[in-house]
Amino acid sequence: MSEEQEVVTVVKAPVYLKYNFTAGAAPARFLAQIKKGVLTGQRCPKCSAVYVPPRGSCGGCGVATEEEVVLSNKATVQSFTIVYIPIPNNPIEPPYIIANVVPDGANISFIHLMSECVNEDVHIGARVEAVWKPKEEWDFAMDNIRYYRPIDEPNVPVDQIGKLPVTGLEG
Amino acid sequence: MANLAAVVGIGQTKYMTKRLDVSIAGLVREAAVNALQDADLTWDDIDAVILGKAPDMFEGVIMPEAYLTDALGCNGKPMLRVHTAGSVGGSTALVAASHVQSGMFKRVLTVAFEKQSESNAMWALSNPQPFSTHLNAGAGGYFAPIIREYMRRSNAPYNVGIKVAVKDRLHGARNPLAHLQKPDITMQEVEDSFMLWDPIRFLEACPSSDGACAMIIANEELADKSAKKPAWIRGVAMRSEPTMFAGRDEVNPQAGRDCAADVYKQAGITDPRKDLDCAEVYVPFSWYEPMWLENLGFAPEGEGWKLTMEGATSLDEGGDIPWNCSGGVLSSNAIGASGMIRFAEAARQVRGDAGAHQVEGAKLALGHAYGGGAQFFAMWVVGSEKP
Repeated sequence: MSEEQEVVTVVKAPVYLKYNFTAGAAPARFLAQIKKGVLTGQRCPKCSAVYVPPRGSCGGCGVATEEEVVLSNKATVQSFTIVYIPIPNNPIEPPYIIANVVPDGANISFIHLMSECVNEDVHIGARVEAVWKPKEEWDFAMDNIRYYRPIDEPNVPVDQIGKLPVTGLEG
Repeated sequence: MANLAAVVGIGQTKYMTKRLDVSIAGLVREAAVNALQDADLTWDDIDAVILGKAPDMFEGVIMPEAYLTDALGCNGKPMLRVHTAGSVGGSTALVAASHVQSGMFKRVLTVAFEKQSESNAMWALSNPQPFSTHLNAGAGGYFAPIIREYMRRSNAPYNVGIKVAVKDRLHGARNPLAHLQKPDITMQEVEDSFMLWDPIRFLEACPSSDGACAMIIANEELADKSAKKPAWIRGVAMRSEPTMFAGRDEVNPQAGRDCAADVYKQAGITDPRKDLDCAEVYVPFSWYEPMWLENLGFAPEGEGWKLTMEGATSLDEGGDIPWNCSGGVLSSNAIGASGMIRFAEAARQVRGDAGAHQVEGAKLALGHAYGGGAQFFAMWVVGSEKP
């Protein structure tokens, strides 16, 4: 009766969630193209902004996007962070760069890894290009692009970031 | 026109890394009981309960409002749960206020919480999606590039964030409820702390806290005879915008500017820096102080950092518009509660009940919260006098 018992304060009870992802019309088309090694966006019929990855609508105008636009492998760094903490279950070693990149021909950035770069030299407006995985590894996934790396092109002026045509800085 | 309403009771828990002595139910009940005691009321005096917390994925408890009804005395009473990501503590208070301002209820209890020790917020905010690459960067990884863009635009010196980190921890040292107690913190210590998501250093980021905050909001008739001085609600506003759209200004979101303009208009504020006595603003990463100083109209665009560096927002430096006298989110971050703590601390100031972090003679204060990808905004202005 007087036996001392360990006080229970925390019991670990992991919750596992496995989802079936229903892509919907716009991401389904995007994923089908990226499996073929092509990066695509969709244009807003109202404001003409090109979205990547397309989610089916323009968040600014609230209208559906349908016109598909092929985007460039080249992109511009809109902003970035140098991360000093590891990604669980990912071999990449800190410090590494996560950048908001805007592909030429698109008007919105997405985040991706940067590599083959000197972290200290990366800057807003820097020109980069997508480095793809080997073709045989392509899947319905954004990870088909392994990372972005710097290219030897002039910086994009800040007011032009996110506004370049698919043909790039020289127009 | 809305009916008058006022905060007549405030209860908080001591914020800390781990509250192993209570369950989530025990945590929210503690804050609620503290609020009832502060208001000199009992459970029978409450007409409805409005609960808020951040995503269910954090603790993995789905629909916690269902399980918390008994802990919050809701048997036979209406109970409603609010969720607007990190701004939820603020929007929950506003939903509670609107239930009184509309005349629907006379006296409402509102509670918000997070038990981060039982959760993994970074994981919960980084669930993989096939149309984007999975980098598990959490909130810091999302906001760091936005801060970098602010630094570029404003040409602010590199140490503005460091100054905010020190200032809010010195404020927090005045508040016994604050999680971080660092009365001897220095600029050098913050600068030397390790980089997490450049430009955000460890000491420029908020802690992970367990905690809950509760308020009792009453109509005019009941507030007039409340046990302690009420904090009169002078303006309420919420705004939202999509996380991503082409041309979105992520540094200075339109929804934040619109929300501030709305709440100032209701409260008769034309110059927030001059008209308000203090503000409790959601600053989870240090650089968000200068960014929100501009978004909320305390400084012209590009000049928010000057107020910070001049000491205008510091209680210890005798600033004219102290921000986050309680220590702010940088000193305590029980995520779901953090917005309500801002609203409650604004109310404590105008009740003259903020202890060692009281702004002398505070008559008008702003409470602010933001959430998601800086896309949900909730604000209120509270005053010591009936409008």
